[in-house]
Amino acid sequence: MSDAKLKRVIIEPVTRVEGHGKVSLLLDEQNQVKQARLHIVEFRGFERFVQGRPFWEVPVLVQRLCGICPVSHHLAAAKAMDRIVGGENLTPTAEKMRRLMHYGQTFQSHVLHFFHLVSPDLLFGFDADPAIRNVIGVAQKFPELAVQGVMMRKYGQEIIKATAGKKIHGTGAIPGGINKNLSIAERDELLKDIDQMVEWARSALKIAKDYTTENLEKIAPFGSFDSNHLSIVRKDGCLDLYDGNLRAIDAEGNKIIDQVDPQDYMEHIAEEVKPWSYMKFPFIKSVGPENGWCRVGPLARINTCDFIDTPEAEKERQEFMALTKGKPNNITMAYHWTRMIETLHSIEKIKELLHDKDLQGTDLVVKGERREETVAIIEAPRGTLYHHYKVDKNDQVTMANLIVSTTSNNEPMNRAVQKVAQDHLSGVEITEGLLNHIEVAIRAYDPCLSCATHAMGKMPLIISLFDHKGNLVDQRAK
Amino acid sequence: MEKTVKFTIDGVEITAKAGQTIMQAADEAGIYIPRLCYMNELKPHGSCRVCTVMVNGNPQAACTQPVAEGTVVKSETEKIQASRRDIVDMLFVEGNHFCMVCEKSGNCELQAMAYRLGICAPKYPYLFPKLDVDGSHPDIFIDRNRCILCGRCVEASQDIDGKGVFEFVGRGQEKRVAVNAEAKLADTNMEVTDKAADVCPVGAIIKKRVGFAVPVGERLYDKEPIGSDIERKKNGKT
Repeated sequence: MSDAKLKRVIIEPVTRVEGHGKVSLLLDEQNQVKQARLHIVEFRGFERFVQGRPFWEVPVLVQRLCGICPVSHHLAAAKAMDRIVGGENLTPTAEKMRRLMHYGQTFQSHVLHFFHLVSPDLLFGFDADPAIRNVIGVAQKFPELAVQGVMMRKYGQEIIKATAGKKIHGTGAIPGGINKNLSIAERDELLKDIDQMVEWARSALKIAKDYTTENLEKIAPFGSFDSNHLSIVRKDGCLDLYDGNLRAIDAEGNKIIDQVDPQDYMEHIAEEVKPWSYMKFPFIKSVGPENGWCRVGPLARINTCDFIDTPEAEKERQEFMALTKGKPNNITMAYHWTRMIETLHSIEKIKELLHDKDLQGTDLVVKGERREETVAIIEAPRGTLYHHYKVDKNDQVTMANLIVSTTSNNEPMNRAVQKVAQDHLSGVEITEGLLNHIEVAIRAYDPCLSCATHAMGKMPLIISLFDHKGNLVDQRAK
Repeated sequence: MEKTVKFTIDGVEITAKAGQTIMQAADEAGIYIPRLCYMNELKPHGSCRVCTVMVNGNPQAACTQPVAEGTVVKSETEKIQASRRDIVDMLFVEGNHFCMVCEKSGNCELQAMAYRLGICAPKYPYLFPKLDVDGSHPDIFIDRNRCILCGRCVEASQDIDGKGVFEFVGRGQEKRVAVNAEAKLADTNMEVTDKAADVCPVGAIIKKRVGFAVPVGERLYDKEPIGSDIERKKNGKT
């Protein structure tokens, strides 16, 4: 059948995700889905306009990519610039302050996603009335839960403020260290609510876990497919969100790459460009572009790591892995469960750090032998984030390459969209509820399509239906 | 005995030393007149016009106008404040001032002045001029995107350092601070210890690799608005 006989359905913009994107579905005359794609339609240009800027400005500049997890870019760039000034062996105070900042961010970002963006789908159903299937609906029906979400996010933001100076777009991490320690007053303020936060993280995890196990039959195949998984892990294989070496495993759990130094990432990772998206498609070179793509983010991290070094999260990881008998879990909707395991892990880490006296240390910055090229990798809430820079003798950046988490999840999200479209939309009359199924699959990845946010409750979804000649047959907006 | 002169600023009677400027007399009396190009240690030249006051009904730069017996000076009138806002506003749109990623943020006199005058966002359209940076010097970085052409560096280098590293070139919108060399700052005899490296009110001339060493909350204008040091003198008296 030629393309001329197909009709096109567009979901634009995709809602309850960070940033702007659209989905296009090509249907034949029997409404069978022939093709489904997630298009990222934004262009940012940070890699270009960071060129010429002094290197010490970069951690503050590039974090402007995002308003939800700017700390990831801030820390990735700072880690990169540590190497430029030869200060990658941070003082204990500097490294622990940065880790505290990062766990605070992971905590608030995961909570934002679970409570504000995803919970409407889980609590009301994928095809519930969109008038209630939103964060306001959650606040009305489950006020206690909504308050927990807000307070947990606030707590994470307070940690960022105490470590970076501001809740959003702070300046804490500087090349070779940090510009402040944690005062006793700041520490005591944060310690006041820590036990409540641990308790709420446990209960949020239980919601995600129970939802997955109770609805397993329905959600196990939902947008699911076998894939490789990639993340950084510590040298001993432990989950580490702040630092480590690259590990990728296949759908069976066999290691494809392991303990790859971030400086060598280009020997193993390449990016493919496709004409219909502004976003590139990274893949593992030895496997090739066709099959070398990997999932990243919470699901990938829990799959790739050997263990977690906080007791409650480790217990939960073991329970999670038992579901697939120790093999990698390839269920798209299991992202939510793993995201909540990481939320618990983050708050356990925060508690541990708040009791660490190193945070009151005064040795903040180290410097050593100067370098001209640098790579840093960090596990952002949404997945593996690479920052690669070259800096000339004038201290100016001459090259920047950023591979953000959502870029790695580009192919997996497209697979998920394709799978849901074929399983749920083929051959039936397309309704808003069915289209939301596609968004549910995308949301599982918590994509950050850019830093833009959207008006709460507005749900600006436009669906256009074209006939096989490309004429607009019907359009619905809400 | 030193000769004194009496005059008023916004109705407050001031006794000044003869030969002082209005700015000097006001500073001593604890009255802050907004300014950007003026700096205590440098010769005043009245170029930014932010310190313009009405002297017996005529606009004059307070930093260059000498005090005179019986004059009536108006500074904090709504009309004068509006002119000051316009001037600062124009300085913002004529450069490329991205405060959110500028290391001078919190220590920047232009930013602090905007806050003091209540400017939340520029009302004039941005010009987005194409301006360059000069990273050639081992210890000093020039970012002309942030230059407000106050002339402090020109004067400090000439009068205090005795080097003449900086000079103005071009006219009107094309005016720039140039260096006294074929091309770059590295070709001059400027040193990081020069006064000229210390006087920039904005982030146009910065010392390299300092960056964001001072945390948010600890920066100069995080704690109190620009001019508070002068106004404290008045509060101390009363």
